[in-house]
Amino acid sequence: MSAPSSSRRRFVKNAAGTTAFLLLAGHDFPARARAAAQIDGKPVFFTPDEMRFLEAACDCIFPHDDLGPGATALNVPGFIDRQMDTPYGRGELWYMSGPFQDGPANLGYQLPFAPRDLYRKGIGAANHYARTERGRDFADLHPEEQVEILTAFEGGAVHFPELNARLFFEQLRRNTLEGVFSDPIHGGNRNMEGWILLAFPGARADFMDWVNQEGAAYPFGPVSISGQKA
Amino acid sequence: MTTKRTDVVIIGAGWAGAILAKEMREAGRSVVMLERGPERSTATEGTYPGSIDELRGAIRHRLFQNPAKTTVTIRNTVNQTALPYRQLAAFLPGEGVGGAGLHWSGVHFRAAPDDLRLRSHVIDRYGAKFIPEGMNLQDYGVTYEELEPFFDKAEKVFGTSGEAYKVNGQIVGNGNVFAPSRSDKFPLPAMQDVYTASLFRKAASDVGYHPYALPAANASMQYTNTYGLQMGPCNFCGYCSGYDCYMYSKASPNINILPALRYDADFTLITDAHVLKVNLDSDRRKATGVTYLDQRENREKTIEADLVILAAFQFHNVHLMLLSGIGKPYDPISNTGVVGRNFVYQTITTSRAWLPEKQFTNQFVGAGGAGVALDDFNSDNFDHGPLGFIGGSPVWVNQAGVKPIAAAMNGGGKSAPRWGAGYKAGLVDTYRHSMAMDAHGSNMAYRDVYLDLDPTWRDSYGQPLLRMTFTWKENDIRMNQYVVGKIEPIMKALGARRYELGRLEHGEAFDTRRYQTTHLGGGAVMGTSPTDSALNRYLQSWDVSNVFVIGSNAFPQGMGYNPTGTVAALAYWAAHHIRTTYLAQPGPLVAL
Ligand SMILES: Cc1cc2nc3c(=O)[nH]c(=O)nc-3n(C[C@H](O)[C@H](O)[C@H](O)COP(=O)(O)OP(=O)(O)OC[C@H]3O[C@@H](n4cnc5c(N)ncnc54)[C@H](O)[C@@H]3O)c2cc1C
Ligand code: SF4
Repeated sequence: MSAPSSSRRRFVKNAAGTTAFLLLAGHDFPARARAAAQIDGKPVFFTPDEMRFLEAACDCIFPHDDLGPGATALNVPGFIDRQMDTPYGRGELWYMSGPFQDGPANLGYQLPFAPRDLYRKGIGAANHYARTERGRDFADLHPEEQVEILTAFEGGAVHFPELNARLFFEQLRRNTLEGVFSDPIHGGNRNMEGWILLAFPGARADFMDWVNQEGAAYPFGPVSISGQKA
Repeated sequence: MTTKRTDVVIIGAGWAGAILAKEMREAGRSVVMLERGPERSTATEGTYPGSIDELRGAIRHRLFQNPAKTTVTIRNTVNQTALPYRQLAAFLPGEGVGGAGLHWSGVHFRAAPDDLRLRSHVIDRYGAKFIPEGMNLQDYGVTYEELEPFFDKAEKVFGTSGEAYKVNGQIVGNGNVFAPSRSDKFPLPAMQDVYTASLFRKAASDVGYHPYALPAANASMQYTNTYGLQMGPCNFCGYCSGYDCYMYSKASPNINILPALRYDADFTLITDAHVLKVNLDSDRRKATGVTYLDQRENREKTIEADLVILAAFQFHNVHLMLLSGIGKPYDPISNTGVVGRNFVYQTITTSRAWLPEKQFTNQFVGAGGAGVALDDFNSDNFDHGPLGFIGGSPVWVNQAGVKPIAAAMNGGGKSAPRWGAGYKAGLVDTYRHSMAMDAHGSNMAYRDVYLDLDPTWRDSYGQPLLRMTFTWKENDIRMNQYVVGKIEPIMKALGARRYELGRLEHGEAFDTRRYQTTHLGGGAVMGTSPTDSALNRYLQSWDVSNVFVIGSNAFPQGMGYNPTGTVAALAYWAAHHIRTTYLAQPGPLVAL
């Protein structure tokens, strides 16, 4: 990570990089076009082993049950994979200048890692933890053991070499829920099943007729940005 | 380095900047407006359906400031090391044409008369001893009566929907009984109550409170504003707070002001222009113009101007003053200086009712400014004497449209699992059957809560970041707890099957990781004396008289109401005095 830039030349260089990514951050059309082409395709960022971890962990966070499909069936791991190749995944939406210094939790994230670094380091360390504590990779454990491990991570008492396991867990929880509930254009929420669960009508965005119907449920199913209906 | 000349240079293309630009053009002055972000219009990125993508919008912050370029550092107390605010969360500054005015919600208030002269009012009613040690309680130096024509003017530009209570001293409608008299009714009738707001209205009146329709800068009907610009009726699309409005229904500088300037040859808007500093003459009594970075060409440029308007938003205004050497920086130890002093925020806590399962709350339906509020516990509408705190909160149901990712992060309430087994059931129940109520309250100013320049971290332009020293104080925590206690009877009257009361806890430190509000204030406040204010009552720098600083930075304390209606009125008030007095005879508008 770069130290605070003090010289003028340095700042011009930074700003030059910035303009280019701003175009992507604002519109992100190339990334979205790529995403559309990759639906159900091969992961771009994660290795097969990392994908196995993600499938298992995302399903713990958002499991299949009688209310509907779990995260993997909704293609949440694929969604997260695609997010790694966006300005967000590369840490370009976070202030990433040093020095990096630890502080109280309420002052927020202070590590020099972009989301893609958090995953690479976090998945490796989580598997290492699973092997040490339970003798196998995370994905090969019984789901009950997986939940126990994630619960330990969430609790904050587990420290990976470069980060607290809790930070990794929170990143994973956040991105899993994003994948379940974002528009399918981003690769998750397959068949809008996340929205169906909540009876959220997606991109309808016109409720003149339902401002106040005395508590009756909204009658129409979701539509997506690309025009899918359910 | 290239240099240009203009009569007036304005930094920032939000509400404050747009109002000043229009007023200065009406006064016949040439105007250059510099905006660090890109051009934004409904016709391009504000269109349906691309603009209503929750992931790209409120989650990845499509329209907000990118902290990668510049941010602030934050600490709770003076003896801590402030650390960078690396990920946007607690507050969300805007960027690009329209500023946060493009993606605000639209709750459009007028400051309460007592709040504008809070120090005098508290002393009159409770005595000077009532003010706790270390609290910098101050008056604005302007009264509601003086501002009234400008509140009215702003509402007619914004196309505000609402129901008046008193016009010219006569009771005219079912509006807020605590609101002062107005010179005219709202330009548009109030927005309809969504289902949850209608329940809140009924329950609150059953309890004996005085509910009213929130004044909303979301158009309840077709409207043509003062400048001949049009708005269409809001359809409660629910993608309001944090989004641009594809319906041309939410007031924004982009729809309600800037189109009136677009074909004006003497108005120039330069985007991707990050102002680095205001240039001063050698004795620092006069600004000569500004230096900015043209981010497209990566070149520094200078503009010379007779008049410099800072309209870059509350803390950016303070930052620019500190970087430029306008006014004396505040020092909390010696208690001297004024720039950075009286930095304030707002208290906001959310309570939730779960209704019987046959009632569906359809929380995705909503408009950012619409809802039902009560002011029984706001301002000084209740006797503070026995309570021993200063301030208050309106309480409201302001269902701006709850989208699924945001709902999923919150899950099923405090007692429900955050993930895994049981999570989905709690989330579904909460999303389909619950409703939220906020206590959106004041925050007083304190001697050890302030803004200055950070000694360590810098932005991508090589300049020191602004440092915020901020935490919650007992007075405001007690106020919040008192008001939240008054929500409990409403929960019962609603027939809630269960409820949770959200409140600040004693000793709680400000948490930067959770969205609260972007209603930051103070830091360069208006007032009556240069010893405790950076600006005079016309928002003119006491030190550099051709610099006016427009925004919520002028608020000496955080009020219970949302700020923008007051920011807009103060902008028109300042502009009026620039036009009628200053331009004819430049110099201090208040003699010392
Ligand atoms: C999600 C959200 C909801 C809100 N809802 C409400 C509401 O319901 N009611 C209410 O009253 N208020 C609301 N607000 C607050 C409201 O948006 C602000 O009070 C208002 O927009 C402030 O206007 P402004 O012109 O002072 O600043 P801004 O709108 O922030 O405009 C300042 C502009 O200056 C630019 N700028 C900053 N620094 C520089 C620089 N160095 N060089 C060049 N340009 C610069 C910025 O990019 C920005 O465009 C909300 C805010 C948010 C984020
Ligand atoms: S709720 Fe209304 S004002 Fe808000 S974005 Fe939708 S249509 Fe526009």
